[in-house]
Amino acid sequence: MAVADYDRSLELEQSGAPARDRLTHIWEGEPGLKGWLSTVDHKEYGKRYIATAFLFLMLGGVEALVMRLQLAGPNKTLLTPEQYDQLFSMHGLTMIFLYAQPVLSGFSVYLFPLLLGARDMAFPRLNAFSYWIYLFSGLFIYAGFVIGYGPNDGWFNYVPYALTRYNPGPNMDFYAIGMILFGVSSTAGAANFVVTFLRARAPGMSINRVPILTWGTVTTSFGILFSVPAVSLAFFLLWTDRQFGTHFFDPSGQGQPLLWQHLFWIFAHPWVYVVVLPAMGIVSDALPIFCRRPLVGYTVVVLATVATMVMGFGVWLHHMFATGIPFLALSFFSAASFVITVPSAVGVFAWIATIWTGRPVLSTAFLFFAGFIVMFTIGGVSGVMTAAAPSDQQLTDTYFVVAHLHYVLIGINVLAVMGGLYVWFPKMTGRLLDERLGRWNFWTVFLGFNIAFLPMHWTGLAGMPRRIYTYPEGLGWTAVNVVTTIGAFILAAGVLLLLVNVLVSRRHGAPAGPNPWGGPTLEWATPSPPPPYNFAVIPAVASRHPLWERDLRESGEHSSIQRGMALDEGKEMLSTSALDAEPELIQKMPEDTLAPLLTALAATALGAAALVHAWIAAAILALLLLAAVLAWLWPRREMGQISERRHA
Amino acid sequence: MPTPASPPMNYLEAFGDKAATISLLTWALLVLSIAVVAIIALLTAAGVVMRRTSLDAQATGREPIARRGGGLSWITVGVALSTLALFGAMAWNAYTMAAINRPPREAALTIEVTGHQWWWQFRYKSDDPSQIFDTANEAHIPTGAPVRLEVHTQDVIHSFWVPALGEKIDLIPNQTNVTWFEAQMAGVYRGQCAEYCGRQHAHMAIVVIAETPDAFAAWRAAQLRAAPKQQGDLAAGEAMFQARCGACHTVRGTLAGGKLGPDLTHVATRSGIASNTLQNTTATLTGWIADPQRIKPGNKMPTLELQASELTAIRRYVESLK
Repeated sequence: MAVADYDRSLELEQSGAPARDRLTHIWEGEPGLKGWLSTVDHKEYGKRYIATAFLFLMLGGVEALVMRLQLAGPNKTLLTPEQYDQLFSMHGLTMIFLYAQPVLSGFSVYLFPLLLGARDMAFPRLNAFSYWIYLFSGLFIYAGFVIGYGPNDGWFNYVPYALTRYNPGPNMDFYAIGMILFGVSSTAGAANFVVTFLRARAPGMSINRVPILTWGTVTTSFGILFSVPAVSLAFFLLWTDRQFGTHFFDPSGQGQPLLWQHLFWIFAHPWVYVVVLPAMGIVSDALPIFCRRPLVGYTVVVLATVATMVMGFGVWLHHMFATGIPFLALSFFSAASFVITVPSAVGVFAWIATIWTGRPVLSTAFLFFAGFIVMFTIGGVSGVMTAAAPSDQQLTDTYFVVAHLHYVLIGINVLAVMGGLYVWFPKMTGRLLDERLGRWNFWTVFLGFNIAFLPMHWTGLAGMPRRIYTYPEGLGWTAVNVVTTIGAFILAAGVLLLLVNVLVSRRHGAPAGPNPWGGPTLEWATPSPPPPYNFAVIPAVASRHPLWERDLRESGEHSSIQRGMALDEGKEMLSTSALDAEPELIQKMPEDTLAPLLTALAATALGAAALVHAWIAAAILALLLLAAVLAWLWPRREMGQISERRHA
Repeated sequence: MPTPASPPMNYLEAFGDKAATISLLTWALLVLSIAVVAIIALLTAAGVVMRRTSLDAQATGREPIARRGGGLSWITVGVALSTLALFGAMAWNAYTMAAINRPPREAALTIEVTGHQWWWQFRYKSDDPSQIFDTANEAHIPTGAPVRLEVHTQDVIHSFWVPALGEKIDLIPNQTNVTWFEAQMAGVYRGQCAEYCGRQHAHMAIVVIAETPDAFAAWRAAQLRAAPKQQGDLAAGEAMFQARCGACHTVRGTLAGGKLGPDLTHVATRSGIASNTLQNTTATLTGWIADPQRIKPGNKMPTLELQASELTAIRRYVESLK
């Protein structure tokens, strides 16, 4: 970057108001429906991700409640076997794909630029596209469910049951094409996080000064980039097996049913970390705020995060311990699955140390995080039990595993997300969530969850297999199932309380102010909600906790949040170097556009045309897709980088 | 609908050496897990209670932030202890895996297990072809000796699992998995398909009856006999059975030779029907033959629209297959 560019810095206190007006004028989107559809503001998509994921959470929750009624006693006939099979499949894929990862994406999409001191994601239009195609992939799969063709082979969808010979309806095609679309969404989102993390940090925010949440997300994004191709390929091959008689998985023609399991689990085991590491990041960043001190062991926690993701790729076979794999492979993957627990222990002790060496403030958010630590531990130790191959050959495919994975997914993901919502809702809306209702919210969720899922470990140890729509009397399962069903309804009530709190506080909550919790990171330096441009001047960062520097007296470093580059000659953002965040380039940002929405629409319609074998329509839609991408990428003068302008 | 189920499927109790070795490891891990959870929960709760401060402190002072370093020893000590416990568990795990990998003695017999949507076929193998026979859903084994299992599937993936006797093993198309189990005590052991295999996955139970070697030998000899020639009414029932059921079911010694459904040569000696969904009584058998789709929707046995007299004749013939 040329020296002249540094001269564009600005002291906000003196020339604040006109600069802010100019920036608002530059960054503000159009009003009305067109503006709503064409905006590329990351804050808008962050909120949409969270709201959409929350809707899917509630759909998945209703599916769970209906199943729990069916299982509340032996030999119940509320559901037919086919209805039950579709419900557990939809419940699983909804929670894992349409809720757990997107809700974390929502937090990250909203917070990334704010945490990093940037004006938007590196690729705002790609960001919009990821959201739209995520929404459409969910609607696509649910469209199948609504017309009676929901997936019915579980979320992991084993072949050969998923092949046409056993499953002639279009159920699996909805799942296969929907998952390919979803893979496009998560891949695009992941690429955006990686680039934003590496190139859009505020000057001075070297790689060892970024908040843990962004570490969790960027680690996860690498995981997505490496794992999603496996599952997209698997679903594509499944679709060609079903539609064109190929034999990738079909055993009647030398196909390999186990190939599906390998492709699926080499994706889906890392996916477990995809849906928990950013949640752990939320806790690592937000818990210390309420302990009134920085997180203990920042560096080891970051290393543990990265190590978990890397090792997550080496343990997929532990989902297949009962498939008759050779003894040596069994031994290796069993041992590896034990070792992966070590980095998790780092997190647990870092959080406990932060509590013990801090002065925790018992807000609702803190309660969620403290509860999270215990749930995290329960999910972890039951994971160790399933890592032991001989024990797992008893535990696998029983309710013990159902309990384990719910402790992981609800305990780690949902509790962290709910706590995170209490922390950042004021930033997003300008109003605080109600603390009194919050207490009720926390305790009903916490107790309901444990009443539902703690006894489920016992159901599993007592031999109840998963995915059975009914069971006979006299096996000792009935009482536990009744308790679980009651717990599930209490948990659901807790989720509804959060919904009520959100809806009421959005209008009537206490005004939040810029920094209601006294948080240390950059997002708290912006007004609540932040203006469209996030930061009037690009902050320069001198430590890990820019807003706590005055209180952490020994630091002696000074970030600069009031004075910095204004970048107000058009929609501009600063690009910095990957490791040290040295300013390198002024990046021109795209205007609002309908191109991402249209591209996502064309891609989804193409999927629908393929589903019904409308090949001519598919060809036309492929051309439309190409046109939408061309419109998106068409070179425009205003997108020229600053260096080009300088030479002109 | 009561079903044959004693003892229940709780696998923390073991009834064979292999299952005992596994359940000891499972118990040890369970105790370790509960201890870890208790310690962590206690540390968290105690930290919250002892170090807490009022909600107002949030707004007013940022005083407590003063301390910056410190606390790292929590991580060092905590992770060191966790790693130690983990490596102990890993060693035990490796020992257990090696201990159950092969049977300690030569297997007394080999059973070929074939999974079908949604029933089990058991073939008792032998070097002498005249000693081979099929049965379904209910296996008998002698006590005190390892039994070799060769498992495969005719259709989708299933998983053979009798919890009290040992681990589960998947049945994969185009692949034969081999394992073994053993019962020390005579008894009736319930098992079930553990891998989701379609609509009636819930109704694919297994019963293993372990009996003394003498009793087992007697059972085996009885199973090897073909069905007797029937007289009078039963002969009419046999003819009806051959006409209506013989395309799918085998009754050895008769013209019924179908391979799609279970071998019914000695079905009357089995405790359950429909893969142990129902107890084998006159009433349940009548209901099952009359309308199998009501009891197990989606199973491969069609509803034949039998007249009352046909139904009775077939049911009485089936009940004679002892």
